[in-house]
Amino acid sequence: MFVQFSTWDIVRNLLEGGKWTLGLSLIAFILGGGVGLVVLFARIAHNRLLQSLAKTYIEVFQGTPLLMQLFIVFFGLSLVGVDISPWFAAATGLTLFTSAYLAEIWRGCVESVPKGQWEASTSLALTYPQQMRYIVLPQALRIAIAPTVGFSVQVVKGTAVTSIIGFTELTKTGSMLANATFQPFLVFGLVAVGYFILCYPLSLYAKSLEKKFHVAR
Amino acid sequence: MAYQFDFTPVFDNTGLLLTGAGFTLALTAVGAILGIGLGVVGAVCRAWKLTPFDRLFGVYVEVIRNTPFLVQLFFIFFGLPALGIKMTEWQAAVLAMVINLGAYSTEIIRAGIQATPRGQIEAAESLAMTRAQTFKHVVLRPALAKVWPALTSQVIIVMLGSAVCSQIATEELTFAANFIQSRSFRAFETYFVTTAIYFVMALLIRQLLMQLGQRFVVGRPR
Repeated sequence: MFVQFSTWDIVRNLLEGGKWTLGLSLIAFILGGGVGLVVLFARIAHNRLLQSLAKTYIEVFQGTPLLMQLFIVFFGLSLVGVDISPWFAAATGLTLFTSAYLAEIWRGCVESVPKGQWEASTSLALTYPQQMRYIVLPQALRIAIAPTVGFSVQVVKGTAVTSIIGFTELTKTGSMLANATFQPFLVFGLVAVGYFILCYPLSLYAKSLEKKFHVAR
Repeated sequence: MAYQFDFTPVFDNTGLLLTGAGFTLALTAVGAILGIGLGVVGAVCRAWKLTPFDRLFGVYVEVIRNTPFLVQLFFIFFGLPALGIKMTEWQAAVLAMVINLGAYSTEIIRAGIQATPRGQIEAAESLAMTRAQTFKHVVLRPALAKVWPALTSQVIIVMLGSAVCSQIATEELTFAANFIQSRSFRAFETYFVTTAIYFVMALLIRQLLMQLGQRFVVGRPR
């Protein structure tokens, strides 16, 4: 059966795919932030073993393609006997990817808190958790906001790769539409516009936060 | 029943994987050279506010940095032929990498150029250096030296990103992996080894670029 696609049909279908891109981005960013926090604490712990484990974790995720990470999660989990959907593999893979990058960004922020702050709080007999909770993290948080928002753009763009393991988000929807309509120029152009609409406000927000922070300093 | 790992089909095809890795490296090399070249042009236009090119490069940078590489690749390979611009999968892959890296390196190098104080250029002029000499020794080289680590990281990101070029049938490392996987059904083993190869390549490129940077960019001119 032949179906005629009007431009509106294309846009409507892309919006449907865009919802999944947005959902996956949110999940990966939130869960990735949680896991990233754990990795961060391991990375800046006093325990050498924890430190090097976290360092390896970060290096592996930053040194290999996201596509390979997704393949390994997708095919690896099914080996263990868990039959997983592309959606679950995409969410897991992107969460791990996000956590490694966020942990590394946040480590830089923690380390940029002046050493004197640590020394002062040590001399006030604060314990390590207290130093973290009341002295270091609040200051690091302020520094971390701009680069974290900036990285969220990478997460949104990263979701495009999940189309390759068969998750039907914006890019996958675009590929299917391009095949169905024979209008790849229009369809992929619109797909790009879709990502731009999602990412550009985040980029602008990150930039304005950065400026604000520099003025405040 | 526990899964039995079997890496034999992967290691039987080491040649295929290594050829693929070689093509990935070649793609990266061409992409990096042209991309950074484009970045230098863009950065100069942006930093010196050469109208209208600074605006054009501004739009280009934002468009590329806010859309996924995979979509850029699809647009070039599947979309552009509609305008009569046809190319092979290799040309499309290189073009996409150059355009992508060009945008990021424009921003990176621009930051380096803007970090050079105006007084240094004036000093160079007062020393009767020609414009070309000033540009080479006072503007470009210190700028590149300042941002070399950031450029290195970006080249590695582009190399890792090139894995998705397998989707338009560019026969690089991931394409070789997909081929082996589809023949042997040993998906996990194949991708595990392939991931390890990417990891080693990332380390090697970082080392190589750091060495090259020390020798030609950061180090003192001879």
